[in-house]
Amino acid sequence: MILSGDPPRSRVLAVLLVVIVATLALVPLLFPGAKAMNVATKICIFAALVASYDLLLGYTGSVSFAHTMFYGIGSYSIAIALYSMGPNWAAVATGVAAGLPLAMLLALAIGLFSLRVAAIFFAMITLAVASAFQVLASQLSWLTGGEDGRSFQLPELLRPGTVLIPKSVLGFDFNGRTLTYYLVFAGCVAMILALLRVVNSPFGRVLQAIRENRFRAEALGFRTVFHLTYANCLAAVVAASAGMLNALWLRYAGPDTSLSFSIMLDILLMVVIGGMGTMYGAIVGAAIFILAQNYLQALMNVASEAAASAGLPLLPGLLHPDRWLLWLGLLFIASVYFFPTGIVGRLRAGALK
Amino acid sequence: MTDLAATDPLPKPKRDFLPALLPIILALAVLPLIGSGSSWVTLTVASLAMGMMIFIMASGLTLVFGLMDVLNFGHGAFIAVGAYVATLVLLPLAGWVQADSLLVNLAVLAPAALLAMAVSGALGLVVERVLILPVYGQHLKQILMTTGGLIVAEQALYALWGPQIIPLPLPTSLRGSFIIGDVAIAKYRLLAMLVGLVVFLAVQLVLNRTKIGLLIRAGVENREMVEALGYRIRQLFLGVFMVGSALAGFGGIMWALYREQVHASMGNDLTVLIFIVVIIGGLGSIGGCFIGALLVAMVANYGGFLVPKLALVSNILLMVAVLMWRPRGLYAVTSR
Repeated sequence: MILSGDPPRSRVLAVLLVVIVATLALVPLLFPGAKAMNVATKICIFAALVASYDLLLGYTGSVSFAHTMFYGIGSYSIAIALYSMGPNWAAVATGVAAGLPLAMLLALAIGLFSLRVAAIFFAMITLAVASAFQVLASQLSWLTGGEDGRSFQLPELLRPGTVLIPKSVLGFDFNGRTLTYYLVFAGCVAMILALLRVVNSPFGRVLQAIRENRFRAEALGFRTVFHLTYANCLAAVVAASAGMLNALWLRYAGPDTSLSFSIMLDILLMVVIGGMGTMYGAIVGAAIFILAQNYLQALMNVASEAAASAGLPLLPGLLHPDRWLLWLGLLFIASVYFFPTGIVGRLRAGALK
Repeated sequence: MTDLAATDPLPKPKRDFLPALLPIILALAVLPLIGSGSSWVTLTVASLAMGMMIFIMASGLTLVFGLMDVLNFGHGAFIAVGAYVATLVLLPLAGWVQADSLLVNLAVLAPAALLAMAVSGALGLVVERVLILPVYGQHLKQILMTTGGLIVAEQALYALWGPQIIPLPLPTSLRGSFIIGDVAIAKYRLLAMLVGLVVFLAVQLVLNRTKIGLLIRAGVENREMVEALGYRIRQLFLGVFMVGSALAGFGGIMWALYREQVHASMGNDLTVLIFIVVIIGGLGSIGGCFIGALLVAMVANYGGFLVPKLALVSNILLMVAVLMWRPRGLYAVTSR
């Protein structure tokens, strides 16, 4: 019921998902360190963000490069509201009330506009709009803080100093930070379950029909324009919500953390590695990618230094942690080529044998 | 339908001049807004120069799409590669670049340009064979593959040359400007205009006056028919892809000299501009691409002068306006 009649359909995948979700749920208990908490939050937020992107890429088959724009709108609306109205819940509510409709309207505008033109332009137009938005956000510094972004204070209840349940009861400090974590966790779980519901509804079936053959879907009497635009708006709203949770956790919104093109690439990589058109792929992809990003880079650093001390040419530069995207890009090409169905697709195919 | 006797000449296709006049109309329309004639000339020359450079970079992309329906999101990589390769020649021979003689300057610029075109063309060959051939005919995968290629190329440039910005000074004889009355025209912009015009004419000549050009134009309109006539369109496409990549690399040097710096992110930045140009022009149309490049550059320059705040989104507004008028671009060549 809760999985909308779309179970993982592979024992390995089911175990993997249970392990990921259980670990994320118990992170404050198991790994109370700041770094582990940050990594766990990032996994939650990106799982929801990637799932919403999967709705577009995997289920309707349209490539959008504007997804970070909606993520950024969410982040910035919370940040600007809390920055200008002070740390209270009314500000959070204002941010939500302003950000979600804004994201939806923009998605509607892009959707309707690019539907007027050839479908093939969609990826290019979203790329252009997203880059214009990024420039706009860094130039309107009176509103967005420019390149520095906006830092802000959270409402009293969510601050780390607020101890809700002392250590003696649960064995760890349940403070405002922990509460924020669970807020993020619950929000992301709710969003992913909602998306799972959407893609397994009749509406989701129509989206898949459009992906497979747009003309046939249209000939069957479905208004493809309506369905595509609707999916676009839905994805935008979820992405904006994920952005809001991200801003709440970081207590900051800036171009690097919420708008940059590299986040878009990360999302693409997670979707493809996890498996397009599966929803579960978002969770698996986000977890693997972010763990690798945080812990493999350290490994690359070691390797780079070892190569440098061994006097090898070129290798230290190639293995430098900043060149992490190089290897990721190669991995990306390889996975599009060899594993177009991603991890989830592979596991499901394995279970069918 | 009017009846045609067998001996009558075929009816000439209708010429569509309105888009071609757009840049001129736009230039004349802003003249009263700018007021001063000398700044208008300066701005117009600047936009023509910028437009020509963008055209050089974008022309390959539009043909690649038009001919084979391939969406290359990695086109910007060739631009950056071209610029970096040029530094291999220009920086060690800095003495020649600084020499105050046009001949010596050109003697170092020409090999730099040739090398850049050769390397980016060769890279085009590799990219076509490795990245595009396996996913031929699948748009979604093409976008993903070429985006991956763009990341890899950008990161490889960082790894090889380091992440810093490389300054690339203009040759001495191309610095400064000609002063005619109270109008100043930068020398390099004049050169860029000339080179751009030569490239445009050369491409038009090849497309309209040679057999290969005929095949390319026929392929853009109807690929299957050309194949049915026994031409190996894959080979033709590979050639177009390599020439397009080489032109992008060439545009990369022009742009790097214009900005007097080289950075791996330039490919990424210019990609957006090029896409807008290609969309405005109509995918597959060289003429449309040329006009689109001029329009984008004009809107950027005039807009930046008149309403600086608006310049940030002026490209998008232009694209929206053009597509509202003609949803498939100024000149719709392909039936797709």
